[in-house]
Amino acid sequence: MIKKSDVEHVALLARLELSEEEKELYTKQLSDILEHAQTLNKLDTENVPPTAHVLPLKNVFREDEVGDHLDPEKALSNAPDKEESFFRVPKIV
Amino acid sequence: MKLYQKTAHRLHEMLLNKEVSSEEITQSVLNRISTVDEKVGAYVTVLGENALDTARKVDRKIKDGTNIHPLAGIPIAIKDNMCTEGIRTTCSSRILYNYMPPYNATVIERLGEVDAVMIGKTNMDEFAMGSSCENSAFFPTCNPWSTDRVAGGSSGGSSASVAADEAIVALGSDTGGSIRLPAAYCGVVGMKPTYGAVSRYGLIAFASSLDQIGPFGKDVTDCALLMNVICGHDPMDSTSVKFDVPDYTTFLANNVKGLKIGIPKEYMGEGIDAEIKNSIQEAAEKLASLGAEVEETGLPHTKHGLSAYYLIAPAEASSNLARYDGVRYGYRAQDPEDMIEMFKKTRSEGFGPEVKRRIMLGTYALSAGYYDAYYNKALKVRTLIKQDFDSAFEKYDVLLSPTSPIPPFKRGEKVDDPLQMYMVDICTLAVNLAGIPAISLPAGMVNGLPVGLQLMGKPFDEGTLLRAAYTFEQNTVHHENKPSI
Repeated sequence: MIKKSDVEHVALLARLELSEEEKELYTKQLSDILEHAQTLNKLDTENVPPTAHVLPLKNVFREDEVGDHLDPEKALSNAPDKEESFFRVPKIV
Repeated sequence: MKLYQKTAHRLHEMLLNKEVSSEEITQSVLNRISTVDEKVGAYVTVLGENALDTARKVDRKIKDGTNIHPLAGIPIAIKDNMCTEGIRTTCSSRILYNYMPPYNATVIERLGEVDAVMIGKTNMDEFAMGSSCENSAFFPTCNPWSTDRVAGGSSGGSSASVAADEAIVALGSDTGGSIRLPAAYCGVVGMKPTYGAVSRYGLIAFASSLDQIGPFGKDVTDCALLMNVICGHDPMDSTSVKFDVPDYTTFLANNVKGLKIGIPKEYMGEGIDAEIKNSIQEAAEKLASLGAEVEETGLPHTKHGLSAYYLIAPAEASSNLARYDGVRYGYRAQDPEDMIEMFKKTRSEGFGPEVKRRIMLGTYALSAGYYDAYYNKALKVRTLIKQDFDSAFEKYDVLLSPTSPIPPFKRGEKVDDPLQMYMVDICTLAVNLAGIPAISLPAGMVNGLPVGLQLMGKPFDEGTLLRAAYTFEQNTVHHENKPSI
């Protein structure tokens, strides 16, 4: 039910580069998994609200006060590439 | 009995009686790791000197007559998806192979405050995605009971470390069974607390509405001791709940008289190994003989849990894992032409096959045209599953089931068939969808391999689970079994 072109489209959305082999494999495996998921359609859920989260979450507020924060040096310490106090990346346009 | 084989509460007594020092305990566990970890593969990182430094600090406190916490000086293993400042945290992924967190997860801070001895970071399925601990980018973790079998996942390194006596206690995380399943497979106790009971700050996210940190121990008491440290509200996690954290050890009473236990028939039916079923039936009879009221019940939407879970969890994962782009930390592909190529190459080279599969599945389920058919449908089914539990808990205090439908399987047996691998989670994942607590504890052996008994409870009623588990443990000898590795 999933076509190779679907897999290619989703890979682009997910910023993944897949080999031909991976495309074939995921086409089959995602089809199997989604076919199994078709059983959910046997359930009438028209009047059932969705549960994205089990807690009755509301906005969590706090006072707008300056607290501890990571200093720039630490924040940059894992950067694959950096310059001064910035992350360095390849050209964007 | 060797020091490394003992429980935390026993070692604490010995520390207080000055029969042993924390340095001796820690050294004993480090030696044990050097002897057996080659065969088990529980650790990604072992912290020798750091651990001994903390141990010596505790020994000085004891010498000075300072009061110490029950976990002070006790070696603990930490799953490698919890951030440890200045200590490599990999999530067993190539994309984080060199990540040195600049801060500690809240649970690590709390363990530090009580002077627990962090002895190492444990192997896991990459980004906690897996049921066997074979999806690590580095090496698989083997089952200490039979090294050609899986340790269970995703917290397989943590469960195996406790089972093989390479740690006294451990922390894991559970998104669909990732504490309970490996606990069952390795023959130790593992607990998944209520969603919101433990801060997720500094836990590298897989599926944020399902993830929860929890303890592993050689017995129920050790799990209760760890719960005392890790539970409680944290302003750094907006989904952490404000509640009065009890002293969980006060629930450790040998008494289940009048406790109402339901056995959901869907968890004892098709797909459950016959011998596991027998062990679980025996466990239920044991609890009944001790005064619990045990009867069969139902959770009618159980069979839809797997599909709902394997849409929701990958959907959340695909969003959470968007942050791995090679810009701020972790792996970056060499010499990309431009930004988009950098993202694509970094992610394709950095993520393993199961992680890519789930990102693909989740992205598909959230993409335009499929959102309602898959993701939103799964969220509605999640409501039905939660309602099943709500009604069951109107009648019962505890629900009882096997932790896994099958015994620990052979390594390599399911890696090529994701759906078969996902099926291993059928007894555990509904608990995460509903956000309730559950514990897995040893309930016997089948063909030399451990069987796990799962007890599920009402939200924030970990106390009742601990009481039932403790009573079972006090009246059986299953937890005394040790693998000969």
